[in-house]
Amino acid sequence: MSDTAKRPPAAGGSRAGMKKELSEHFKAYKHVWVFIEYEHGNIHPVSLELLGEGRKLAAKLGSELVGVLMGSGRQALSEAVTECWEHGADLVYLCDDPVLEHYRNEPYSKALTDIVNTYKPEVLLLGATTLGRDLAGSVATTVLTGLTADCTELAIDGEGSLAATRPTFGGSLLCTIHTLNFRPQMATIRPRVMAMPERIPGRTGRVIEHTLDMREEDVVTKVLRFLPDRESTKSQLAYADVVVAGGIGLRSPENLQLVRNLAEVLGGEWGGSRPLVQKGWMPADRQIGQTGKTIRPKLYIAAGISGAIQHRVGVEGADLIVAINTDPKAPIFDFAHLGIVADALQLLPALTDAFRRRLSVNRLAG
Amino acid sequence: MHIVVCIKQVPDSAQIRVHPVTNTIMRQGVPTIINPYDLFSLEQALRLRDRFNGTVTVLTMGPPMAEDSLRKAITFGADRGVLLTDRFFAGSDTLATSFALSQAIVKIGETWGTPSLVFTGKQTIDGDTAQVGPGIARRLGLNQLTYVEAIEAVDPEAGSINVARRAEGGLQQLSTKLPALITMLEGTCEIRRGSLPDALRAARAEITVWNAEAAGIVDLMKCGLRGSPTVVKQVFAPKPREVKAEQVPTGDKSYADLSEVVMERILGLQPTLEADLLRMAAAY
Repeated sequence: MSDTAKRPPAAGGSRAGMKKELSEHFKAYKHVWVFIEYEHGNIHPVSLELLGEGRKLAAKLGSELVGVLMGSGRQALSEAVTECWEHGADLVYLCDDPVLEHYRNEPYSKALTDIVNTYKPEVLLLGATTLGRDLAGSVATTVLTGLTADCTELAIDGEGSLAATRPTFGGSLLCTIHTLNFRPQMATIRPRVMAMPERIPGRTGRVIEHTLDMREEDVVTKVLRFLPDRESTKSQLAYADVVVAGGIGLRSPENLQLVRNLAEVLGGEWGGSRPLVQKGWMPADRQIGQTGKTIRPKLYIAAGISGAIQHRVGVEGADLIVAINTDPKAPIFDFAHLGIVADALQLLPALTDAFRRRLSVNRLAG
Repeated sequence: MHIVVCIKQVPDSAQIRVHPVTNTIMRQGVPTIINPYDLFSLEQALRLRDRFNGTVTVLTMGPPMAEDSLRKAITFGADRGVLLTDRFFAGSDTLATSFALSQAIVKIGETWGTPSLVFTGKQTIDGDTAQVGPGIARRLGLNQLTYVEAIEAVDPEAGSINVARRAEGGLQQLSTKLPALITMLEGTCEIRRGSLPDALRAARAEITVWNAEAAGIVDLMKCGLRGSPTVVKQVFAPKPREVKAEQVPTGDKSYADLSEVVMERILGLQPTLEADLLRMAAAY
């Protein structure tokens, strides 16, 4: 440690970032943008969910809602543009080029960075998918701005800044993050965290085309093949209407069968809390919570789950949360709608029988 | 073949507790570990090192005690550890972190040879952002390969690499050129147990400690809090719902009786559910 005296004082009191001093050229940054994730001819549902949320932010800011869509193929892309309009976009920036047929970091970063630098958004939202996270990190680094990952709540504060809330410290507390003096303010949001907006058939908007300034010869990375997941192995957890999940209150991995049995009778999906993945009781794609899947079912039954914040943020969108726990003080009773202080290992099989009888009786009657 | 692996020392999240009254994190006595996601990247780097007779340099940024995580990485078989530590790095967000780490990687390259591969974990368990890897790739102009399930072919002579990458709805098989940055998906390989000779070597190893200046970092405005565009305005515990959960009285009912009551309440609170369930059942 030599020569420290010559250095500027340590960060702290005089920090510029804490005060809002948006420089003149950033004031040109307007409107709320959503990156539209488009692959294999389909828009990822998370992008439409973000259009719904973006609509609310745009209304607060008195600005427009803009979609940024890239891919290859005139016909399919023009249908996707319509889908964006019908989910709330006023304007779509469209980049159609064969180079963009499959997602690759290089050309997608190039296209999105160029569009951002040309048209200057105030807020830029992306889905926290493998694609969205791969892309967001590159673009934020290139344009040197702030990026907040996995937000669970977005708002516009009194000064017109984006207030992005996300779990912190391994999901034990929440924090609100601002990008005060840089633009755009970027954030990623996981699928299902925001509600799907109502589609308005016939709603239209504008489209502006952007030409990709990159040729296939310039792209170093090549896609050799895409191997789609088999339908049977995909977990439908995020989009299920009924979800039953277990926590460490189940006491042993074999007892997850009780969760699966009830889920099966209810025609739903099953999952579990994070400790079960860490203990190796179940695969990671069944994990419910901030670092796993976010769910919005009509009915969610949590058995033997204490309800840590990182779990809570993943299930709060459920219409009806039913919690079974032996501990009457478990935090899950703070956000469940219906609570039963009981042993899940006893109640789950009884509930499975009750629903099985009810549904078969009614089926015969119907 | 020289490979750099970036790791982070994190608190063992399973042991973090929040004070029930003050809602602050109780850090005291929480043990630290190498971010678990980093271990899969370290293991892949060691396998490539073994195959191509290369070296693995492990890099971390953090307080002086983060040296422990480098020694731990050496017990797994890493060849050397570099600790980047300076009060100017305090309060770094992901943009400032990727700046400091990428500068240190340049310095590592100048000192021990330019790396052909840089690995980071998929994300950390404390920040969960997955942003630092892509940030380093962008700053150093490395070809970016995130969420990698398998490294399928590497040809150091030709400078090429093929991987299978987890994408939405499937696997993407990619081919690219070295140098590249890889983040490995968790659970993609068995992590080795350190050998006794490596444990002895780790205990004696001289860890290279660099402050900002030693790492060749001139622009301190890009470091720490000042180099971080994001500002944490508030940390808080979520409020309980206005209305507490309706408790189903259990009394001394049998579980069979209790389940009937619970079912009736579920169907009462969610009246359309029964019709939905029957429709689904009929579809089988």
